[in-house]
Order: sequence, then C-alpha cells, then structure tokens
Amino acid sequence: MKYFFFAVCLFPLFLFSQATISGNIESTFQYLKNDSVIGATQPAEEGLFNSYMNVFYTQGKFKAGMRVESYLPRIQGYPNRFDGTGIGMRYVGYANDIVDVTLGTFYEQFGSGLALRAYEDRALGYDNLLDGMRLIVRPKSGVVLKGVYAYQRLSFQQGKLIYGDGIVRGVDGEINLNEAVKKLEDFPLTMVFGTSFVSKFQVDDDPSLILPKNVGAYGARAKFRYKNVTLDGEYIIKEQDPSNDNSKIYNYGHATVINLSYTKKGLGILLSGKSVDNMSYRSDRTKDLQDVLINYLPSLNKTHTYNLVSTLYPYVTQLLGEVAFQADVLYTFKKGTKMGGKYGTSINVNYSTTYRPIMHTSGINLDDSTGVTYKSRPFDKSDSLYWRDINVNLTKKINKNLSFIFSYFNIQINNDIAKISNDASGLISSHIGVIETAYRINKTNSIRTELQGMFVEKENGLIKDKGNWATILVEYSISPSYFFSFMNQYNYGNPIESKRIHYPIITCGYIKDATRFTVSYGRQRAGLFCVGGVCRFVPANNGLTFSFTQSF
Amino acid sequence: MKTYLSFLIIFLSFSHFFAQNELENNESITKKLPSVKLKDYKGKVLNTAELGLKGPIIFSFWATWCAPCKKELNAIHDLYTDWQAETGVTLVAVSIDDEKTKSQVPIYVDGKGWEYLILLDPNGDFKRAMGVNNVPHTFLVDTDGTIVYSHNNYAPGDEEKLYEEIKKLSLK
Repeated sequence: MKYFFFAVCLFPLFLFSQATISGNIESTFQYLKNDSVIGATQPAEEGLFNSYMNVFYTQGKFKAGMRVESYLPRIQGYPNRFDGTGIGMRYVGYANDIVDVTLGTFYEQFGSGLALRAYEDRALGYDNLLDGMRLIVRPKSGVVLKGVYAYQRLSFQQGKLIYGDGIVRGVDGEINLNEAVKKLEDFPLTMVFGTSFVSKFQVDDDPSLILPKNVGAYGARAKFRYKNVTLDGEYIIKEQDPSNDNSKIYNYGHATVINLSYTKKGLGILLSGKSVDNMSYRSDRTKDLQDVLINYLPSLNKTHTYNLVSTLYPYVTQLLGEVAFQADVLYTFKKGTKMGGKYGTSINVNYSTTYRPIMHTSGINLDDSTGVTYKSRPFDKSDSLYWRDINVNLTKKINKNLSFIFSYFNIQINNDIAKISNDASGLISSHIGVIETAYRINKTNSIRTELQGMFVEKENGLIKDKGNWATILVEYSISPSYFFSFMNQYNYGNPIESKRIHYPIITCGYIKDATRFTVSYGRQRAGLFCVGGVCRFVPANNGLTFSFTQSF
Repeated sequence: MKTYLSFLIIFLSFSHFFAQNELENNESITKKLPSVKLKDYKGKVLNTAELGLKGPIIFSFWATWCAPCKKELNAIHDLYTDWQAETGVTLVAVSIDDEKTKSQVPIYVDGKGWEYLILLDPNGDFKRAMGVNNVPHTFLVDTDGTIVYSHNNYAPGDEEKLYEEIKKLSLK
C-alpha cells in the first residue's frame, strides 16, 4: 500500500518530463518427435515453450527495468531445472554524470572478465546476473570506479530466482591517462590502467577440511596504443579455493591475457596469448558446468559460423589450466589491382593453438598439510596439444551480383581432454572445405548456397570418430521481408552404415521491421546456427520450432 | 517480492497512460536512444545518446562471428561515401563480440577498410537497452535521437530499403 502512495506522489513528475520505454520479447515453441536415429526423444509434454520479455523504463535520471521469464517447460538445451513464470530480473536505479547506482539485478564486467563477469546469453539459457547493489562513480573525465555487492543467479525454479550459496563483492578502478590528465591529452601514446579486487564468501560446511570462507581474486590490466599499434593485457591471481572443480587443492590460481595488434586501412594483424591455471571461480564451490561462475575464461580461437566447422569439434577452455596462442591476419587487396579485381579481394588467415601447462611437482610433498599439489607459471607450456585450428578464407566479388567465399579449415582437438565425442580417443584431426556463393537475381531477390565437406583423418587405416560429413545449404531471400532455406547435413563417411544419417531442415521466415517470425522443421545438430540473416545457438532435436521476436 | 511487483506495475501503467497522451499530442509513440557508456576500440568512452554527430545515425549491431552482419556492413561499405555525401548519415557499428573475439574487431574493421564509428559492447549493455534479440539488428535514429526505423535481419537489398528511410529523414 505504501508503494501505491509513493507512486501517486510521483505521479505529477510524469507530466513534465519525457519517459522512454523500450524492450524486447522472444517466444519459442517446439513440438518434438522421437528420433532414435539421432538420439532425440520426445518429452512427455510433446510441446515446449520458452518466453521472456524485457521492459526498460527511463525518465530523466531515473531508470527501472524488469524481465518476466516463462518456461512451460523450457525448450531443449536450456538447463532442465528451469520452470514456471515469474520475474527473472528487476532493478531500479539513478544515474547522473557522476554516479550511476543500481539496486536489484545487474550485469557487469571488470576488465576482460578474468576476475568478474556477470552476463546473459538467452539463446543458451545462460544467466549469471548479480542481485544486490552496484555503484559506478566517475569523479572526473577518464576515471571510473565501480563497486558491486550481490548474490548470483543460479537457477529459475517455479517462477522464482534461485541464488548461489555465496555472496560476491568487488571493486574495480580504471583510468584513461590521456583523458584524466590535461597535459597528456594530445600525447601520441594512449594509456589506460585498471585494477580489480573481487571476493566471495561462502560458509565452510565441510566436516573434514578447513575451507577458506573468503576467497579473493585480484589483479591489474593495461592498454597502450601508439599510432597503429595496440598492446593490452591483464593478469589476475585467485586465492586458495578448494572446490569440486579442482579436487579441493589449495593452490593459488592465475590467469593472463595479452593482445598485440597492428592495423591500418586494408590490413589487420593480431597476436594473442592466454595462460590459465586453476581459475574456476564460482560463488558456490560445489557447483560445476556453467553454474555461478564469477569470472569468464573463453577459449582463444575464432568463432566459426559454417555449421560443420562450428558444431562438430568446438573447443571449450579448460578451467584447470591451459596455455593458448592465436594469430589473425586480414588483408584486403585494393580495387583495381590484379588480385583485387574490380571490387577488392579479402584474405583472412587465422591460427590458434592450445597446450597443457606444465605442473611442476619437484619439491612438492603431497602428504604435507599445505594442500598444494604443484607449482605453475604463466605461459609455461608442455608439448601436449589440446587444440589447433588453421583456417584461411578468401572473399571475392566477381561482379555486382555474384560473389564467392572460399574457406579451408584444419581443426585438431584432443578428445581425451576437451571431450566432444564418445566415438574416438586422442587427437581428432579434420579438414573442412567450404564454397559459399551469393547471387543477386534482381533488386530484391537473392539466392545463397553453401557446399561444405569435412574429411576426418584416418588412424592406422581406420575411420576415426564419425568419419566424413557433407552439408548443402540453399537460401532464397526476398528483401526485406521473406526468406526460405533448406539445409542437409549428411554423415556419409560414418564407419557404421546405419549411422550414415541425413539431417535435413527447412526454415522459413517473415520479418517486418523489428518483428520476426521463423518456422523450421527437421533435424538439427547442436551448435551455432545461422539462417536467414541471424545466428543463434540451437540444441539437437527433431521436430517443429516456431519462434517470434519483437523489439520495441 | 509482491510489493516490488505491484510497484513496478503501477509505475508502468502510469507511464502507459502518458504514452497514450503523447500519442494524442504527437500522433506517434517515440522511442529515444538510450544513454549507455561504451568504448570505441581506442579505449575512449562515448555516451551513445551524446555522440555529437550532426546528421541521422545508423546503429548496426554486429559481431565478427555473424556472417550476415558482415555482409550487410560490407554492402553498405561500398555505398557509404555516396550515402554520407547525399544525406550526412553516420553509421555506428556496435560490436557485441565479447572477450573471446573482441580483439578481432579492429583486425576485421581495418582489414576491410571500414570507415564507420565502431563501438564495443562486450557485455551486451547497449544491446539490452536497445531491445536487440539477435544480430544483425539495424536502427535508424533521426537528429533528435528518436528511433524511426529498425530491421532485424539482413538479406541483399535490405540496404536499399534502409537508404529510402534515410532519405525520408533528410527530406523533412
């Protein structure tokens, strides 16, 4: 009742200042069938239905927002514990030029996220938002200070938010020297420095061990830019954090990222390095998978979009430890040159590789009371390969209406470490070729095709894993409102004849401004899936999927 | 929780009431550009609502892993000089790449020779505020900061529809 009174008091305010409401809605309905061939089973409900709607309200310096979520029950690929309809996010806040305060739920990232990142990916059902208080202060130009104090979202059950056990606290500061210090305004070297401290608290309820109740993670970052060269990096240390992930060891953890790039018009070069050891950092030490992670440690490689490349052998960071490197070069041959032709030709070469770090055990006594099981240093790598990806792609426009993209990929994944298949062991090496053609028939009609072939290297003359694959995709679009597409993936090289399966799928879409309807029918493999102009992650299934999105 | 909810419902119903009033007065419900602080890839912080640009602005949400997004921005790239000369439009390409692929953004942008203003939205703050479900999603904003057109897809030819909308603005 007092809230009602409060709202009535605020009432006259609305008369004089302009309010803005924005947001979006997404609904997905699935009718799924049994398909023993691909291992898809029909859920008891037959139909699955997910929806959410965000509403954001701002008026002057005041802001409020909420998201209603509904899982009746959740679609495939979402955490299976999600159910019910209710509020999954809500906040009120106030922001002016100096302070920005939020009470309720919020998303946040410190630096590159090695210490703290709360974010959402609704297509995957991933959401580790923080619920509490956040204060951002900008005392002067170029200086940003942040503080957060919150519980973390673990789940959404019976229409209610469920939190992780532990509480998360953190502060972060960043200074852009060229903006903050007047004298450096026109200095050719751009310098940004930052530092973070994060701490989590969780009760120690272990009867046999003395677990640290408060676990900190802290470090610093810097970014320098001089003319065409940029160098940035971050280093984070995590305190002793015995957990289910690390088999309750008492080692400190560390993570480092470094990027060096050179760019000018027509050329981009990037060299990256990343080193991770014992860095799983969750607000509940007993959780696993993607649950209540406080920090963010993505793998260091290109995110591929062609379906055979992205869905069959994707690599996920090993939280316990890895050392990774990446190089990426993009060069565009100018228009009017021999290679460039009339429209210019682009070539991109990308190389990424990941190794097991060395865990030094000399001088370590496993029976002593420290609980420290090895020593590790940043970028101290062994020869044991986890992942390697070499890929090249060439974009060539022939004339106004016709263009090609030619791509080659060689992907090696260590299936003993980054488990992706139950049908193989050790390194799986695959070669993938893709030819993409786009042809514009007239002003509004166009057709696009993809031919993809994947060739898995044999081992001792025997077919490895699921063998070879081929994919064909044909997409017809009528700008700006319609598209139709057909795709078939065929596992023609499977060593078991009964598993040489086709995965056909038809998708149709209608788009009007910010409204979008799509219907698809067929079999789908899991992975990043791009059709009719939009990419999203889709789990494996067989059946009918109807989806609706609207922004407002 | 319940009181919280009723508070928000009351709040939103009031604003709805005024949105309707506005409808009667201005004959349209306007959606203003939200204010979010993002970095460009040189590390400079910019406020999305105060970019200080003169003409209309196209906000195009994209990612290095989104093939149709790159097709759209490459198609506009070929036309951009003419568009700018004729309408004074600026394109702001908002990358939603997170830390996994964020470092590849300048490589792609400069490698392709794009002349757009690039903003980085690695944690999806601006994406969320703009109500973007998936990419590509392109918005057209007039000089008053009002969103006048948006389109959540890319098919070849869509850029011509967008250009018609930009021309409508410059005729006003």
